[in-house]
Amino acid sequence: MKDDAFAALDVRNVSHSFGTRKVLDDVSFTIAAGDFTVLLGLNGAGKTTLFALVTGLYHSRDGSISVYGADLRKKYLKALAQIGAVFQQSTLDLDLTVEQNMFYHAALHGMAKSVAAPRITAELERIGLAERRRDRARQLSGGQRRRVELARALIHNPSLLLLDEPTVGLDIESRQFLLDHVRKLCAERGMAVLWATHLIDEADENSKVVVLHKGKVLAAGPAASVIRASGESSLRGAFDQLVGSGPAGKGKP
Amino acid sequence: MRAVQYLRAFLGILHREALRWLNQRSRFVSALVRPLVWLGIFAAGFRFTLGMSIIEPYDTYIPYEVYIAPGLVAMIQLFNGMQSSLSMVYDREMGSMKTLMISPFPRWFLLLSKLMAGVAVSIVQVYMFLAIALFWDVSPPPLGYLEMLPAMILAGLMLGALGLVLSSFIKQLENFAGVMNFVIFPMFFASSALNPLWRVKESSLWLYRIYSVNPFTHAVELIRFSMYGKFNAEAAAVVAAFFIIFMALAVWGYDPGRGLIAKRGGPPE
Repeated sequence: MKDDAFAALDVRNVSHSFGTRKVLDDVSFTIAAGDFTVLLGLNGAGKTTLFALVTGLYHSRDGSISVYGADLRKKYLKALAQIGAVFQQSTLDLDLTVEQNMFYHAALHGMAKSVAAPRITAELERIGLAERRRDRARQLSGGQRRRVELARALIHNPSLLLLDEPTVGLDIESRQFLLDHVRKLCAERGMAVLWATHLIDEADENSKVVVLHKGKVLAAGPAASVIRASGESSLRGAFDQLVGSGPAGKGKP
Repeated sequence: MRAVQYLRAFLGILHREALRWLNQRSRFVSALVRPLVWLGIFAAGFRFTLGMSIIEPYDTYIPYEVYIAPGLVAMIQLFNGMQSSLSMVYDREMGSMKTLMISPFPRWFLLLSKLMAGVAVSIVQVYMFLAIALFWDVSPPPLGYLEMLPAMILAGLMLGALGLVLSSFIKQLENFAGVMNFVIFPMFFASSALNPLWRVKESSLWLYRIYSVNPFTHAVELIRFSMYGKFNAEAAAVVAAFFIIFMALAVWGYDPGRGLIAKRGGPPE
């Protein structure tokens, strides 16, 4: 399924607008297998629109997006099969149990119950929620729901994992848990990850970053080289300088 | 994706729809009570004022309750179609529709599966209604219960597809009340569900024309005839044609490249 000759995610010259409002303007970047890439941008930078395009919710007006060589327009289904996604807004069905939500997802990826069941157990154990599997999603805390969503996105063994502001509204502990968990997936499974956030400290020096501001990519590459190119000493400094907004994301942690 | 995977995806969607239906007791109860109110109160009041002559497919004089029963069956399906539409809009607002939309199956297949799952739920409701309607002497021939099944599948698909189209057009949940006023009520009242067409024709030719072009009229007649072991080819053709039109519109509406989903305001950021 995975082809090393291709980038895990290749976004090329993508522009998109809603009516006259241009949300993405000539966005290009690539992610390789095993990369943990942080998509940095303030609220309104176009991250969510980019996610909608990459997950094929709708197509971009201009440019192309491909996942391991499968173009989202031409080989839509092949591309989607390799993607696992956690959206900013929760997509769990709160009236169903954790397990029912997971099996629903597995069915939507054409998995047999006998194949899905051990996968679901494994992923739930990994996030430490195996004993909550028969509880309704509504009964879980925000942090737990997020973890379930992450576990669910992994059932079908995607090779590209997309997370849109996954830590919004979570306490420090849950946030750290998610970050560590995803970084580990990256290292262990060689999964490519695109992690969108406005929280700069979620990217460390070893991450790759894509700085998105007002629909444009201002910088992309290893965090270290982005910092170096800016002449600043930290990623926060580099980000501030790039977006020219003074202290990054005023009022944001 | 192989055929067996398509089947699994469909069964997954059907299972979720069934779970949701069982979870929502109020929806379940109101779906059952609504037609019974019509049957037990409305029809009982009118049976003395409305005389029924012998019309196809009936071969004897019938009480009004028996006349409106097929209309109420179709009404259950109409409400169900709109209910699915409502839940699609709700799912979209709540985000859970994304789970469906990022599944690696063609959109038309996902929409059709969702549609068929809704139809299956509506048919279970219909049979429950018909079981209770026996108390009002609504008792079609035993074989009729089976013969009406394909008619209900076709009618349910058409009404459900209409719901899908509406759900792709409706921007927000609040607009749903408009659907009630402008779709459900006119469709139901301007149909042969409550009044036989010949009677409408006697009172107003214009009204008769409106009744005749209403796809709901044809859904009702298709079901009415099938309940008594007869096949109304014209009604079947009209219902099938409307199903194809509505389905095509729904697929277009949900298409990631062309549809209304892509053109609409985009995510709030």
